[in-house]
Amino acid sequence: MKHYVKMVWPYVIWAALIVVLPLLLIILYSVTKSGNELVNIQFTLENFKRMTEPVYMAVFVKSFELGILSVVICLILGYLLAYFIAGFQEKVQNLLILLVTIPMWINTLLRTYAWISLLSDNGLINSFLEMIGLQPLNMMYTDFAVLIGLVSDLLPFMVIPIHTSLCKIDQSLIEASMDLGANRFQTFWRVTFKLSIPGVLNGVIMTFLLSISTFVIPKLLGGGQYTLIGNLIENQFISIGDWNFGSAISVILAIIILVSITLMKRIDKDEIEEE
Amino acid sequence: MSDVIIELKGLSKNFGDQQVLKGIDLNIHENEFLTLLGPSGCGKTTTLRIIAGFEEPSAGEVLFDGVDISKVPPYKREVNTVFQKYSLFPFMNVYDNVAFGLKIKKMDKNLIEHKVMKTLKLVGLEGFEKRDVTKLSGGQQQRVAIARALVNEPKILLLDEPLGALDAKLRKEMQVELKKIQQEVGITFIFVTHDQEEALSMSDTVVVMHEGIIQQVGTPEDIYNEPENRFVASFIGESNIIEATMIKDCLVAFDDYEFECVDKGFKNNEAVEVVIRPEDIDIVKPKNAKLRGKVKSIIFKGVHHEIVVGTKHRDYLIHTTDYYEPGLDVGLTFGPDDIHVMYRMDWETGGAE
Repeated sequence: MKHYVKMVWPYVIWAALIVVLPLLLIILYSVTKSGNELVNIQFTLENFKRMTEPVYMAVFVKSFELGILSVVICLILGYLLAYFIAGFQEKVQNLLILLVTIPMWINTLLRTYAWISLLSDNGLINSFLEMIGLQPLNMMYTDFAVLIGLVSDLLPFMVIPIHTSLCKIDQSLIEASMDLGANRFQTFWRVTFKLSIPGVLNGVIMTFLLSISTFVIPKLLGGGQYTLIGNLIENQFISIGDWNFGSAISVILAIIILVSITLMKRIDKDEIEEE
Repeated sequence: MSDVIIELKGLSKNFGDQQVLKGIDLNIHENEFLTLLGPSGCGKTTTLRIIAGFEEPSAGEVLFDGVDISKVPPYKREVNTVFQKYSLFPFMNVYDNVAFGLKIKKMDKNLIEHKVMKTLKLVGLEGFEKRDVTKLSGGQQQRVAIARALVNEPKILLLDEPLGALDAKLRKEMQVELKKIQQEVGITFIFVTHDQEEALSMSDTVVVMHEGIIQQVGTPEDIYNEPENRFVASFIGESNIIEATMIKDCLVAFDDYEFECVDKGFKNNEAVEVVIRPEDIDIVKPKNAKLRGKVKSIIFKGVHHEIVVGTKHRDYLIHTTDYYEPGLDVGLTFGPDDIHVMYRMDWETGGAE
């Protein structure tokens, strides 16, 4: 065993360089000014103060609204899908899970472009509507388009952990519940759902993390004026070049995510112990 | 005997092209402790699962108080099950596990509490209400599982190898306890096991099953003393099974000699099998016996010695408290009622070990 411990070191160094160092730099940037000059460091909380301006607050609120909404939709669709898949034989299940994950093999950018060709004013859906004599819909550059893009992008991250926890459920617990007089519906709420909560939680955390920090989907499906936190950060770093402010937003986002995950885990614990 | 509560009529079950049950007919009575006994794959658990409602029979009927319930879902049946792996709900404490069935029935809170406490007392788990079931020992989990089923006051309690996971000492204790609980609540217990000793020591009635067929139904004494065929004889305890010919009533021939016995009703010169339990054979001086042989081996087993005596035609297994030197010439004797004559088994349907 001792022998193998040494083999961890390259990984530790690698992780430190790739993960920890940039993180520290971002924190450093967030509390300093003077561009990206490291030589002359001046500490300040200016960057954080700027966040409280209504323009930026609105972006945060909007991001959270959209993030939570997409997580809720993913949860409902994802749970149904995972439950449906878990009802099949193992071989069929593997195939269906493969189908669910296939979109993940394709770059997000490409998938989002595919949505554009479907949703745009002379896209597939509108052409079809016109063909059957209906009014075309304006779908691009709306919350609806962004939401569809987000949900389709995030669904696998919800389905997989829920499916995994559903598969792990001991069938004899379901039988025990029915044996004790619970019908299928009661058995689902009192036993199956309770036992799948860990998977639900993992799915919610994962999709929430991804939806709150997304920037490609709102940019392409929401249009140029559509700004979420992810876009805000991207702009600060790439277009405006204010790395300090961009870092501050990132730090705040990280803190908010950390707090929400902690809260969610606590809710889960109470939920299970309440019965 | 009291009234029949469950009647199995021509019960068959196929899984794919495998026939697990091949026509089971069985009457189960009120207040009876009935054990389905057999090796794994004999169909005993399938029979239990059909009574519980987890499987639908491919053919045949399950009559409960005279009404066919084979299509009734498990949650509408007046039976409860103690599962092999206990299957307690891991996210609930002891109290909530036991109260589960009563809560489903939307019973009054105080009444639930009263019943749960009474049942926990019955199984010896007073003061365990708030315990986490995943942190209990195997024996305690077992008791919770029994309480969870009994609290619903079922007419029949089904037990699927419930003692299998316990160690030998605890298993003995639970056997006594289960029997006591059954007498206290006065309902029918249907118990599934592959352990013949467990079956013999607890049951009113033992049903020996093999390859989807009932081999014999009877009291533990009947099953042990009067096995109907080779399978039952060899599955229930160790025995000497000998191919023989029934000369006429009360006279059977094997190993070149004729022996008096007490069995009647076979055809003259019918080919039969004879079972002699190892503890029924006496070792005597060679000149006092028809069967003679040499002691081949002797093994000390605690209460008795297990001796193998080689004779001209076969080896005999004998249990005795006496010691005999290997190599010693001995004679073997047994009385007429130590010989149990059985029908020769049809190996096509009965199967061998």
